[in-house]
Amino acid sequence: MKTPYLPKWADRMIAGVPALLVLLAVMLPSPKPANAIPAFARKYGLPCSACHITWPELTNFGQVFRDNGYQLMNERDSPITRDASYFPASIRITPQWHRESANNQTIDVTPGTTEDGERKGTVTQAGFDLSGMDMWFAGTLFNNISFSVLPSSDSTATFHFENAYVRFDNIRGSRWFNLKVGKYELDLPVSEKREWTLSGNGGFYYIYHFIPANDTNIFGGIGDNQTGVELTGHSANSYTRYAISAVSSLDGGVNLAYGCTAVNTNCSTPAGRTLDYYGHFEQAFNIGNGNLGYMKVGAYGYYGFAPTYWQTTGGTTQLYGLGNKPFYRAGAEWLWYTTHWNLKGVYLHGWDSLCLANVTACNLGHVIPDTTGFQSTSWNGGFLEAEYVISPQWVLLGRYELIRMAQQGVVGAPGSLSNLDAYTFASRWNPFMFSRAGLAIQAEWSYIRSTDITNQGGAFGSTCFNPAAPCHIGSNSLFLATDFAF
Amino acid sequence: MTMSKNVKHGLMLCALGLSLAIPGIAVAQDTGAHAAGLTGRAEAGKLDYRRWCVGCHGEEGNGEGNNAQWIDPKPRDFTTALFRWRSTPTGSLPTDQDLYDTITRGVVDTFMPSWRPLTPQERVDLVAYIKTFSTKWQTQKPGTPIAIPPEPPTTIESVLRGRETFDKLQCWKCHGPEGRGDGPSAVTLTDDKGLPIRPYNFHDGTRFRCGETNQDLYKIFMTGLDGTPMPSFVDNLKPEEAWDLVHFLRTLQPHVKSQSRDLWLEYVKTHKDIKPIGADSAGQ
Repeated sequence: MKTPYLPKWADRMIAGVPALLVLLAVMLPSPKPANAIPAFARKYGLPCSACHITWPELTNFGQVFRDNGYQLMNERDSPITRDASYFPASIRITPQWHRESANNQTIDVTPGTTEDGERKGTVTQAGFDLSGMDMWFAGTLFNNISFSVLPSSDSTATFHFENAYVRFDNIRGSRWFNLKVGKYELDLPVSEKREWTLSGNGGFYYIYHFIPANDTNIFGGIGDNQTGVELTGHSANSYTRYAISAVSSLDGGVNLAYGCTAVNTNCSTPAGRTLDYYGHFEQAFNIGNGNLGYMKVGAYGYYGFAPTYWQTTGGTTQLYGLGNKPFYRAGAEWLWYTTHWNLKGVYLHGWDSLCLANVTACNLGHVIPDTTGFQSTSWNGGFLEAEYVISPQWVLLGRYELIRMAQQGVVGAPGSLSNLDAYTFASRWNPFMFSRAGLAIQAEWSYIRSTDITNQGGAFGSTCFNPAAPCHIGSNSLFLATDFAF
Repeated sequence: MTMSKNVKHGLMLCALGLSLAIPGIAVAQDTGAHAAGLTGRAEAGKLDYRRWCVGCHGEEGNGEGNNAQWIDPKPRDFTTALFRWRSTPTGSLPTDQDLYDTITRGVVDTFMPSWRPLTPQERVDLVAYIKTFSTKWQTQKPGTPIAIPPEPPTTIESVLRGRETFDKLQCWKCHGPEGRGDGPSAVTLTDDKGLPIRPYNFHDGTRFRCGETNQDLYKIFMTGLDGTPMPSFVDNLKPEEAWDLVHFLRTLQPHVKSQSRDLWLEYVKTHKDIKPIGADSAGQ
């Protein structure tokens, strides 16, 4: 059997990796699940680099493959064209070493006792760790009927369904009509599930999940997978794409339940009966016949509802959600892909209505709440990301992300409350490029500085030490990992 | 006069350096490529080849990528410069546009996907790099594309003449009387590598490996598929006869809507005593 493409210098480098790992140790909480599936490479005989800039991030070829319903449209897509021994399954997990550190944390003046009071200080943890694991099953049930099931676990092996859907592809022979039903990632301007940064502070896009301090909206953000139906369409080369979704106002929860908040601590609570809506459109065009790559521009928007009180027991024990109030997220994207450089810019504007922005129940039947001093909340944010593709096997990344509050939920609150800035730098190297499995050696450093945010950002997520807001937390992650998939 | 050790070592190093450089220079010689109104660069194509092509076609372009052993039909061996899908006469090199079109279109019912998602520049760069695998591109020029005359109207008379040609040229011996790829010679066929190869199955197929239009079909049997048992019939058919054959071949495809098939089905309703094609009385 032929060995995979593995030059001699790679052999020497791999021999040195264990020593490197001993020198640099990083610990990481569970990274997000991510969508890279060697099973596709095995099915079609293509190396991972065909579909991925660096897995799991997609090339345009990979995007077309995905838009076609995980089909190459070469009359060999149906599972009946494959040997019965082929099974559309892959696993991915990331053993790692990471270090997490955050300042302005509440610690004892004298460790072990509160007799001397508390002070602000820096907390640091480091060590070897495991990520969660993805077990991904995806492919075709039949010609033009595709599927995906992704049981995903955290690092303690507690599983949930990250996605599970059926997709009817190329309805009536048209690539402009594809219908997906189930739980799935929204068609985001830049897919979070396919971005390859993994560290505690750099492993996700903040704008996709941001909720301001004290905001009671339990929507986890457009970066959370949602449950509903999606209609999509694309041109032959996916340069023109659209997606429209109608999802239950459950933030992807199952058993008709919403997420947990300070108000709703019963996580199996039935939610309201509303639907949220999402739309995305993008258009790409070659720059100079493609000798300067291609550029994409697009716009997206999410309009949703969240309950503010519940039906039973004085509103403290919920039966189903009522008093649904609106919120939205909307923005635009600009992306430029060349042979060696990929540049991405995404902007988002968020708005939560007054009743979500504050712990105030609205529309309590005959009770008219006093909303004096409260208002809706809004913010602007985005990220700029640059990737340098040294080769199909080695990619570098730098990202800057920021969020700035435009209006606080409480009149007179400091304008900078909940603002954040985040930086991420990463290197990802694949020692081999293959059609059977994947291995990446990754090094990453990320830093976030947030203002009085306790529900996102920072490895520890604890309250900032400073009774007089605003208070800044600076948190950084150092991460070294072996990320593999089969 | 004897050489000092230092001079000897220096010369040995130079020789080593040259011996490493010269093959690299020879392999990397850029013959250029011109297709889709663009100029391709082999150096740029090399990086794209490594990302997209090496897994099947191999580092040396010999069709022995690490995945090739699991693929049927086998990936193209670029070192032989033998290509099936061409607009040029049999035995000649394809044009750069032919290679570009194959990359763009892919080869249906094989592991070669359509690479339309790549930019036009990437595809023409790949053409330039592929041409570095064989010295034939430096010593020979591509053939002149055949002229494809305008297609005449589809009539039942044209279909019947084409049917007669299909019988007379014994196409049925490979493709079968009903075009199902099950002719008496079908199981004996091998390609240029000595591997089994099946004739095209008109009955089940909707697209050809080199396209899907009548012009593509015309080109197939007027240029032949080099490296396969499918010859060129350019010396056996006049252009109008070739178009008749195209019209008949379309009647063999029940899954492709065509005027030819509609005319043929109407014809057989009133002509029950049609002589079967070939020696097998179970023919069409």
